[in-house]
Amino acid sequence: MAARTAPKKTARKKTARKKAAPKKRATRTAARKTKPIRIVVLRATGTNCDQETGYAFERFGAQIRHLHGNALLDNPKELSRAHGLVIPGGFSYGDDLGAGTVLGTAMRTRLLDPIRRLVDRGGIVLGICNGFQVLVKTGLLPGYDETGDGEPDRTVALASNMQNRYEDRWITLKAVTGNSVFLRHGDTIHCPVAHAEGRLVCSEHVLDRMSAADQIALRYVAPDGSTPAPFPHNPNGSLDDIAGITDPTGRILGLMPHPERNQFPWQDPRFHRGTAPRKPEGLKPFENAMKHLKKTFG
Amino acid sequence: MPSAAKSPRSGRARKGSGRATSPVYRVEIGLRAGLPDPAGLEAHENLAEAGLAGLKAVRVLRSFYLRGRLGPDDVTRAARDVLVDPVQEDFAVREDLDIPAGPGGEPVLVTVLRKAGVTNPEAESARIALAGIGLDVRDVQSARTYLVWADATQDEILDAARRALGNDVIEDVKLGRVRTFVFPTPAKRRIRRRTVPIRTMKGKALVTLSFQMGLSLTKLEMETIRDHFADLGRDPTDVELETLAQTWSEHCKHKTLAGAVKMSDARGERTFDNLLKETVFQATQSLDKDWCWSVFVDNAGVIDFDGTDGVCMKVETHNHPSAIEPYGGAGTGIGGVIRDILGTGKGAKPIANTDVFCFGPPDMPLADVPKGSMHPRRVMKGVVAGVRDYGNRMGIPTVNGAVLFDPRYVGNPVVYAGCVGVIPKRDVKKRAKPGDLVVAFGGKTGRDGIHGATFSSVELHAESETVSSGAVQIGDPITEKKVLDILLQARDKRLFNAVTDCGAGGFSSAVGEMGEETGADVDVSTAPLKYEGLDAFEIWISEAQERMVAAIPPSKWKAFKKLCDAEDVEAFVLGTFTDDKRLTVRYGKTVLCDMDMAFLHDGLPRVVREATFQEGGDDEPTWKTKKSYAKDLLDLLAMPQIGSKEWIIRQYDHEVQAGAVVRPLSGPNDGPSDAAVIAPKLGSNRGIVLSNGINPSYGDIDPYAMAMAVVDEAMRNAVAAGADPTRVAVLDNFTWGNCNRPSTLGSIVRACEGCHDAAMLFGTPFISGKDSLNNEFRTEEGELISVPPTLLISAIGVIGDVRKTCTSDLKAPGNPIYVIGATHDELGGSHWYRLKGRIGRNAPQVRPDAPKTLKAVHQAIKKGWVRAAHDPSEGGLAVAAAEMAFASPYGLKLDLRKVKGTTKDAQRLLFSESTTRFLLEVDKAKAKAFEAAMKKAGIVCGKAGRVTKDATLEIVGRDPAGGRAAHAFVDVSTDKLRSAWQGALALHEEN
Repeated sequence: MAARTAPKKTARKKTARKKAAPKKRATRTAARKTKPIRIVVLRATGTNCDQETGYAFERFGAQIRHLHGNALLDNPKELSRAHGLVIPGGFSYGDDLGAGTVLGTAMRTRLLDPIRRLVDRGGIVLGICNGFQVLVKTGLLPGYDETGDGEPDRTVALASNMQNRYEDRWITLKAVTGNSVFLRHGDTIHCPVAHAEGRLVCSEHVLDRMSAADQIALRYVAPDGSTPAPFPHNPNGSLDDIAGITDPTGRILGLMPHPERNQFPWQDPRFHRGTAPRKPEGLKPFENAMKHLKKTFG
Repeated sequence: MPSAAKSPRSGRARKGSGRATSPVYRVEIGLRAGLPDPAGLEAHENLAEAGLAGLKAVRVLRSFYLRGRLGPDDVTRAARDVLVDPVQEDFAVREDLDIPAGPGGEPVLVTVLRKAGVTNPEAESARIALAGIGLDVRDVQSARTYLVWADATQDEILDAARRALGNDVIEDVKLGRVRTFVFPTPAKRRIRRRTVPIRTMKGKALVTLSFQMGLSLTKLEMETIRDHFADLGRDPTDVELETLAQTWSEHCKHKTLAGAVKMSDARGERTFDNLLKETVFQATQSLDKDWCWSVFVDNAGVIDFDGTDGVCMKVETHNHPSAIEPYGGAGTGIGGVIRDILGTGKGAKPIANTDVFCFGPPDMPLADVPKGSMHPRRVMKGVVAGVRDYGNRMGIPTVNGAVLFDPRYVGNPVVYAGCVGVIPKRDVKKRAKPGDLVVAFGGKTGRDGIHGATFSSVELHAESETVSSGAVQIGDPITEKKVLDILLQARDKRLFNAVTDCGAGGFSSAVGEMGEETGADVDVSTAPLKYEGLDAFEIWISEAQERMVAAIPPSKWKAFKKLCDAEDVEAFVLGTFTDDKRLTVRYGKTVLCDMDMAFLHDGLPRVVREATFQEGGDDEPTWKTKKSYAKDLLDLLAMPQIGSKEWIIRQYDHEVQAGAVVRPLSGPNDGPSDAAVIAPKLGSNRGIVLSNGINPSYGDIDPYAMAMAVVDEAMRNAVAAGADPTRVAVLDNFTWGNCNRPSTLGSIVRACEGCHDAAMLFGTPFISGKDSLNNEFRTEEGELISVPPTLLISAIGVIGDVRKTCTSDLKAPGNPIYVIGATHDELGGSHWYRLKGRIGRNAPQVRPDAPKTLKAVHQAIKKGWVRAAHDPSEGGLAVAAAEMAFASPYGLKLDLRKVKGTTKDAQRLLFSESTTRFLLEVDKAKAKAFEAAMKKAGIVCGKAGRVTKDATLEIVGRDPAGGRAAHAFVDVSTDKLRSAWQGALALHEEN
């Protein structure tokens, strides 16, 4: 019974352990002294990037719990034991009503408090692609209570790409915030986008507020690092080339691109030209977040 | 609860809501003024393409119609919390939004909404989401209203909208707003046993009966059925006849290719008892590879991946449904082939999709499109969107494909959808056991796709759009994604003994196949329905999508049901597998079908079909060599068939599952790749190479040569990307015209013989296949358009290390370029001839040294000597060299005098499509070792050029005027080449 490809927690861990053996050993030694970092990876109906996203965290020693959306909604307590929540990419509930709407609405109704408690404790929340869409639908990103009812409001939308079409292409990202446990200011990440609804839209007021609070986390840039980034470098017509935003605490991050799809050297399209970095750039957010969690909880 | 006396419409709500009548609320939603409307822009583009003149602007409103125990406040909450995006949109409940200011004048409003009973995932999602916030919503429908500003009459706008925005087969397209929706309230049908008095019928009456019932059975088949029941002393029931029609359909039984054929052509006379068995299968049997785990017995062929797991692959056609409704047809095509993989063995995990399409020319004038068929551009857009929305939502990367164009595909497009899966070795075999429960799970059953299997086996005609609308299927990928998630968990918990998909023929085929060895007894009244009113036979043969059937031991049923409940998957017990070798179908207590499995599966009468064959083509032109072929090359690159498919490729997620190594586009400037390479297991470098070969133009001359050439093409594509040619398996997919014509059947016989000989030559076994015959379209004028012989060969290879692969973009100036393989006078069926309106006669041949060449190239790539590899195919060496250059920042200089082969003529050296050739960029430090290895292996190898810093393509050769110095036939910047190539199929303006 060697490792197999089914989405099965136990089997996958075996693969992970085998491959990342040296690193794992180090983590395991550390784990004896410290608590393991537990991350819940949500798999709602239609989620499809859960395996590779969980794997990216596992490589830095995280203990991954893959949970179906129904199970988490029925039992929000699952979050009280976790140090992180990840909402991976996919098409939650089909996205027929606008990406992330159904899951976002359900989480807004039933999970808002447990998630806020997780973040208050120093835990992290990461939403990639569909997960980002879900987070803006919950209001947790950018996290503004504009109506003053004590609940975060939906103030940012991820609208249909300007070309009104799904677009899969590699882009270059630049971390532009100093306020995120996932990112270091100035980091460059080369990774793909793959979405139909990723054009960030918000009012000028909200944009100003996000800028002032250093919540604009990632921008699309031209390959030479410059901005503004015209199409196709900004692949969807997003406002001010924004690719990702953080909440005011810096512990919730949402981004449209898929860093987990650049975690092995051969995934980088520059690999065959011999110009890909030795260490895949997509690992950065996962590595940074794990460093933060180990420091906070380890 | 709302009394809502004002309700304009009300009807009896569904069971359980009792006497209450509920109003229908409409919520209208629109983007705020001033915000960009991408959906409007897309509609604008589509209306313009449909020929609407004077178009100024288009914006879109969305509407939802809700019925349930709702009050106005509930509906406002539904809108605010779920249906509307508060950042961008306004909404109105039961009222109209203000029409936004447009470019002047009043817009014409056109509303498009799904017909009642047609699957609508958006509405279903809304129902589930609204239930999630505690609202009691019973029925939901959705619609789009287009605001069209144009200098055109209402009728002109409506006419264009019918062609561009909606499809009459599944949607109503109406002027103005549609302010309410009448939800259908179908009555429950009384089911009784109906017999058909067939025993007294003769000849013509039998044919008429077959036609009236839509059985698509021949006279001989009807007579066989009549005689069988005469022997039994009773008439068959309608359910029995329908079951036989499904099982004996061309689609399910492949009675032509698996039948007897008497062939006569220039090679003499020969007879086949079973054409496929004696050609394609036989090659696999003779080769007898130990890494072939399962071939031609299951949904898909399985080969060894890493000893623990196997990989399996299947390619399906979905041509006729895609002709009628491109979006739904193509989407359910990909949905169907994914279920094939899910239903292989005890279930495989899908890891990649492939797609190959053939359409009419995208620039065909509107007036030339035959009535009853859609414009090729519209078919293409719909097909691409259908595959995109299904494949992407399933989380399966679409990694490889091809698109071909020919006027003969106009009324009958070809849609090949392929899927690759990974399956544990222990799960490759399956068998339903007597006593196992017949469990169906996944989607509900509706009237979708009734007679799909029989419909796919007849020719299309101008009225097909209307008469066959029942055969249309609409997919719901999220339901299938849930099925996938459940199936793999249940497999690993060992909860079932066998599983298969519901494809053509629905339950009838799935249960009939699984129970062939045992027998089965089912009660169709247990099936959850999308709506009431289905007849028993409709439930039994419905091709409603996203359903699977499993054989589950009674002791495991509870655990399986629990798993399904946890993830919102419908599952129910349809019946039991028996040991009586009979197929029993009941509705409650009424027995509707009681047939011998043996007759069902083996009762099909045997006929011997006549086949003849004559080579096609025309005389080889004798053109003088010109001074420059730059324009020819630019024209070739701009042919839609050769040009970039980027517009399609980027709409597919080819990265999901994080296994992409070689993608459809390569290099910093997005040149074409030869094959896809993926690493399907996270953390492992072991990989799979996927490629294909297809070229109907050769088939117009000689289908045997075509079959050999396309197997070679698939092989060399795979090898160019890094595949080991001794570990490649192939799949055959035939799309042909009506094989009742001896000449058409003869052409397919030649192709089968070619497949056999190619497999034996390369030592590459066929592991699975599919055929689709009767691909013809009859115009209103009675003209019959038959598709060209379209053989698709898909190749799947296993490699130990994905890092030892290769892409086609040039890597470093100064590196030498080698042309491997010989170039011959083989312009027959070439794209260059096609460009000039000719076919020619010299179709490319495959020569006995081909496997040796593949092996040598593979070794060189594996050793890391090769920096870039590309195979010359469509457009020959010239196009291949151009593609390698413009994919990179560099240029290429090629000397035709150094290209080996049997021709010295520049035209042939440039454009001949001779097989088993490669263009290789070799690391200059390894050039000596490379040359020595080639020499030692006896490979035809010419050092014919080098990579240049200067970004131009220069191809020189012998001076046609007789001068001693080299003459430049092509000297063009790579920018110019690239823009010709990228402009070929640019269906979008960049924003």
